[in-house]
Amino acid sequence: MEFDISRFRETFFQEADEHLAAMESGLLQLEQSSDPELLNAVFRGAHSIKGASGTFGFEEVARFTHAMEGLLDRMRAGAIESSAERIGLLLESLDILRRLLEAARSGAAAPPETEQMTGALLVAQRAGESRPDAPVSVRAEDRAPAHWQVRFVPSPEILCQGMDPVLVLRDLARLGEVVEVEADLSRLPALAGLQVDCCYLAWSMELASDRTEAEIRDAFAFVEEGAAIEIRRSNANDALPTPSNNRTLPSAESGTLRVATGKVDKLIDLVGELIIAQSMASQVLAAFQPGDLGRLQETFAEVERYTRELQERLMGVRMLPIGHAFSRFPRLIRDLAAATGKQVALQIEGEETELDKSVVERMADPLTHLVRNAIDHGIESAAERIAAGKSSAGTIGLRARHQGGSVVLEVSDDGHGLDRGRILAKARERGLAIEGEHPPDDRIFSMIFEPGFSTASAVTGISGRGVGMDVVKKSVESLNGAIGISSEPGRGVTFRIQLPLTLAILDGLLLRVGAQRFVLPLVSIMESIAPRREQVRHVAGGGEVIVLRGEPLPLVRLSRLLGIDQENDAAAAGLAVIVENRGQRLALMVDELLGQQQVVIKSLETNFRKVEGAAGATILGDGQPALILDVAALAEMARSCS
Amino acid sequence: MPRTALIVDDSASIREMVAFTLREAGFVVLEGIHGADALQKLGDQRADLIITDLNMPVMDGLTFIRHVRSRANSKYTPVLMLTTEGQLEKKQQGKAAGATGWIVKPFHPAKLLEVIAKVLP
Repeated sequence: MEFDISRFRETFFQEADEHLAAMESGLLQLEQSSDPELLNAVFRGAHSIKGASGTFGFEEVARFTHAMEGLLDRMRAGAIESSAERIGLLLESLDILRRLLEAARSGAAAPPETEQMTGALLVAQRAGESRPDAPVSVRAEDRAPAHWQVRFVPSPEILCQGMDPVLVLRDLARLGEVVEVEADLSRLPALAGLQVDCCYLAWSMELASDRTEAEIRDAFAFVEEGAAIEIRRSNANDALPTPSNNRTLPSAESGTLRVATGKVDKLIDLVGELIIAQSMASQVLAAFQPGDLGRLQETFAEVERYTRELQERLMGVRMLPIGHAFSRFPRLIRDLAAATGKQVALQIEGEETELDKSVVERMADPLTHLVRNAIDHGIESAAERIAAGKSSAGTIGLRARHQGGSVVLEVSDDGHGLDRGRILAKARERGLAIEGEHPPDDRIFSMIFEPGFSTASAVTGISGRGVGMDVVKKSVESLNGAIGISSEPGRGVTFRIQLPLTLAILDGLLLRVGAQRFVLPLVSIMESIAPRREQVRHVAGGGEVIVLRGEPLPLVRLSRLLGIDQENDAAAAGLAVIVENRGQRLALMVDELLGQQQVVIKSLETNFRKVEGAAGATILGDGQPALILDVAALAEMARSCS
Repeated sequence: MPRTALIVDDSASIREMVAFTLREAGFVVLEGIHGADALQKLGDQRADLIITDLNMPVMDGLTFIRHVRSRANSKYTPVLMLTTEGQLEKKQQGKAAGATGWIVKPFHPAKLLEVIAKVLP
């Protein structure tokens, strides 16, 4: 049997990430305050990473954090001052450490700056030392774990002495890391010859431990008599997978999930309740009489209630506070403000708001992009701000909150805002269609999400980077979310991102086309109307449009597009659901709207095959399957048909 | 269900210290002042852990351990004996009688729990 080391390592990396975040926030606060507890907290982070990285064979990380720890320890002891330069140096070293950990995780080589930074850290901690030439030992605490081959053949009588050999193995595991353990069953007799209280088993294990042989032998103190025990040191380099040849570490996103024990306990409770309810139902059924129907219904209602709660809580297990994605911003903003010479304050609200783990992870980059843009181009220089009658420091707001079944994230700045006229001019110049004489602000602002729209000098506020806003929008939409903008001239911009709580459950509208039922994601629906005959018009090329408040929208008949027999194909029959896709609206003709419903998304590709126009499938309450429509794909299909 | 431990020692202070530590660790604790007393207190109950001194009046520890091992309900129960440093011979006699392990006196409560962890799942 082989233990899954990569799983232990993943936990180490997660812990290290948490320590990194805490250290960074501690150092940033140290720039403002000299609270000794802050320094202690940063020191503990370095110390913990150092300790664990040695165990998992990441020597480079251990050496580097040792150097960090040394400097922090001297600062903590008051031997050297916590000056701005030293805090700056530590912040830089955190960046190296982060990359060092990433390298260890992916099996890549350590970043080249590591050596130089280690040197800088060692030099920094020598400041104020009474013997400046005292050698700084990096290797002193470097007790690299040795690898031991341990064989344990217990006395056959071990059980009669009240001892369980497994406890010895457990004790050994506490001394280090069990790399491999194998049970030797060769002494096991046939069943007839087996004596219940005789131990026939033996074990061999490989143990990575920095303990001495005597310390390892001590684990066998109670079981030495009548046993064969071998402990010998093996060549660590042969056995230990080095980072360079170990490329099977799991990626960050597919990694493990750390769940609060309380959440798991609650799940276990619920399963217990469910089992009780189920056994009550079985009892009623076993001796069923017509008069028991009421009881059966009651029991069943209970099963239903527990199942629903179980589902909700299980979803909760995947939930992570959005604070995980927010935590990188204090540092980012500090660095960007320093680089641009602007004064920027950060306001975070609702960081405890929980979202699906993968949503949180996949929102980190889009949020970074928005924040970067806001500082680069939204917030003015201190001089400009004062001239405009504002405070010299700009403010970036990051807010999260629950709203109905979704989570709303807002990224705001109090800079000069978007310039409506210039966006409009730019859009016309690029030949982008904007309907109407005086289009509303949101229609105009949404133009900046067009690919390649935001080029230099195009729009104050989004210029310069050239890429990105369309990517941000795509990321949000790939999570079944929506993004909107509001802006007031001179007052700033707010991006509002609406996201589903989880990717596994979708808020949908159940609708019928012919005899088939489909689910349309609610987030893409604008409105639905019963069109009058005269609203529907044929256009050149065979397509149809529906004229809504003077605006022609492409009309897509789902029955035709998906090849479904429809009961009446009369021009104006049925309902038109107006959906939006990438800023373009279109009308989908359906027969009936059956109501709003939460559905569990099942992947078609995994279970069946890709179906054009469908984002997935679900099982409805009556046990029948239904396809979940993919609005973007439908729009594409409709375009290529007509 | 809480686990049951039996502590056998003629010294009240040792007995109290061990009993206190075990109760803190969540055990239900039975106390015996010597082997015979302990066997009587135990009756036909099942103990999850037995800790016994060796030098005791009326019935000494080694005899007590042999009795414990001959009873069906405590045949496989972990038994720890309290010894003093260097009593190698005693340790061997104890093991031969069926003891699982030993705790060297004097000991700290933390050490006691550490040794218990070696023999109790």
